[in-house]
Amino acid sequence: MSEAERRGVWTEERSDEGRRRTGRVAERQPAVSYHLRHVLARIGLYIGATIAALIAAAPFLWSAITAFKQNRDLYNPANNPFLFNRPATSDHVTYLFDNTAFKYFAWNTLWVGVLVVLITLLLGLPAAYALARLERPWAGWFGVAIFLVYLVPPSLLFLSLSRIVVAMGLQDNTWSLVLIYPTITVPVSIWLLIGFLKAIPRDIEEQAMVDGYSRLGAFWRAVVPLTFPGIVAVVVFAFTLTASEFIYALSFVSPTTEKVISTGVPTELVRGDVFFWQSLQAATVVVAVPIAIVFNLFLDRFIAGFTQGAVKG
Amino acid sequence: MTAVDVPRRRFADREGALAWVFLMPSVFYILALVAVPFVLAVGFSLSDVTAGDPSFNWVGLDNFRAIFDDPVFWQSLGNTFLFTTVSMVLIVVFGKVLANILVADFRGKWLVRFLVLLPWTTPVALSAISWLWLLDSIFSPIDWILRQLGLLGGQGAPLGNGTNMYWLGEPGLAMASVIAVHVWRLTPLSAVIMVAGLVAIPRDLDEAARVDGAGYWRRMFEVTIPLVLPVAAVAALFGAIFTFTDMAVVDVLTNGGPNNATQVLTSWAFFRGIDGGDVGQGAAIALFLFPLLLAAAIAILRAVRRMEVQ
Repeated sequence: MSEAERRGVWTEERSDEGRRRTGRVAERQPAVSYHLRHVLARIGLYIGATIAALIAAAPFLWSAITAFKQNRDLYNPANNPFLFNRPATSDHVTYLFDNTAFKYFAWNTLWVGVLVVLITLLLGLPAAYALARLERPWAGWFGVAIFLVYLVPPSLLFLSLSRIVVAMGLQDNTWSLVLIYPTITVPVSIWLLIGFLKAIPRDIEEQAMVDGYSRLGAFWRAVVPLTFPGIVAVVVFAFTLTASEFIYALSFVSPTTEKVISTGVPTELVRGDVFFWQSLQAATVVVAVPIAIVFNLFLDRFIAGFTQGAVKG
Repeated sequence: MTAVDVPRRRFADREGALAWVFLMPSVFYILALVAVPFVLAVGFSLSDVTAGDPSFNWVGLDNFRAIFDDPVFWQSLGNTFLFTTVSMVLIVVFGKVLANILVADFRGKWLVRFLVLLPWTTPVALSAISWLWLLDSIFSPIDWILRQLGLLGGQGAPLGNGTNMYWLGEPGLAMASVIAVHVWRLTPLSAVIMVAGLVAIPRDLDEAARVDGAGYWRRMFEVTIPLVLPVAAVAALFGAIFTFTDMAVVDVLTNGGPNNATQVLTSWAFFRGIDGGDVGQGAAIALFLFPLLLAAAIAILRAVRRMEVQ
């Protein structure tokens, strides 16, 4: 760029029409500083990501270290808690699997979760379709009403629900949880699925019906397969809610072998004031990691589900 | 249109009937296991039902009068508001920061994503146990680090000359710990919801603002945040519901202690209704939450709708 040209640009800057060119000059000059800012932003990103990951994982890392420690190492406040001051031992982990009811807790949580997810889809998918697509005038109000059901806290319902469970003869039976848990998962799933169903173009059902399917057939053959991402989101969300539930499991089920992880581990692995810390921490890690891995696999679909469910619902 | 008009229209094609058939199972289920117990709970709150004497006698508003006379109730109510407000602000702010990290592309993202989601996907009773051990009164590694840094223990240490902080034993620290664990647990959920919002922002809007010379912070406050606001409000609503109704963190970490310093309404209701056996008072305390929750939910949902329309 010649001296004259540059001067020309600078003079133009004063006039009002020159505004657009000013932008170009401003961009050309700080090329180095722009690069620097980019690098700094990247460094900031990596630092932020590392800090976030560390804070999120800290208790679990601490649990993982604890699980393999000997008692004499663990219960000495002078020891560096992050190192193995004595050789690592897997005794407490094998104790968890061989000598406690943890196996039963894990199995109960799994089958209760799977059944609750199936019931949730069976009830929620048709209901969401009816509200999203079948053009009833009351659909909007109904959707909001169903979401509001989600706001009724378990702490309000468990007293009366435990009466109902007793009346049905399901007390102290894991099946009581299969019966009650969908009260938590169904409303929120309907809400999520409505968003997914609204995102599917109407032409698809209409085309299917032109091709000779009934409305029901179009729903089953054309709409349900397209809703698959939403179904995955609901499966993951419902399973997580079920596995975390605490109050109902605590008040309905007391025999050891009928318990689920969320109540079994805190109540059965603590004897009075004696905590089996290593086994407790092993249980935390053993449960946390698989669920998080599964969740990660489906995170993108879950995110898509949430946008549609939350914003368009 | 009736079936007589079009004889060949089968049941599977009649939308009105189909809508009812599709809805009925869910409606029936929710009526039976949410509405009925809800009405029962309202009944309990107006009765003298206890664990020992389940017979139903009408006592009017006696239970409410009794809980209003109890200073612990007001303390729990204050704690619930403090707990919910502070947690919500932190969850939304940290959720936004975390969402910004999660939408970016970088090496090792899958690992960061996996670790960051752990707090939310782990059943809360288990992660609370993990924290219970992390905040142990004697063996807390946080205390150990503070001791190594010279901040704790010894003469003139800034955090006191004791050997431990007693995170869950001092009223102020216990509340802070409960809030911290709760924020830790729900921030990933709020981040995931906000990622959904960020992904949905049209890219050209951000680029247009960039071309117009808007800097990072200006784009953040004048483009990104207004557009993310509806989704952030939904994230806040979800968080508030979880915060208001979940007492697992309080229950496992402090059990409401020390001296009811971390007692919230839900845990107080559980304490009176189950541990104390006074079902009527427990129900009355739990019921007290509901109008607050309902008002907050309606306000947020309406605000979201309005933002959508614009």
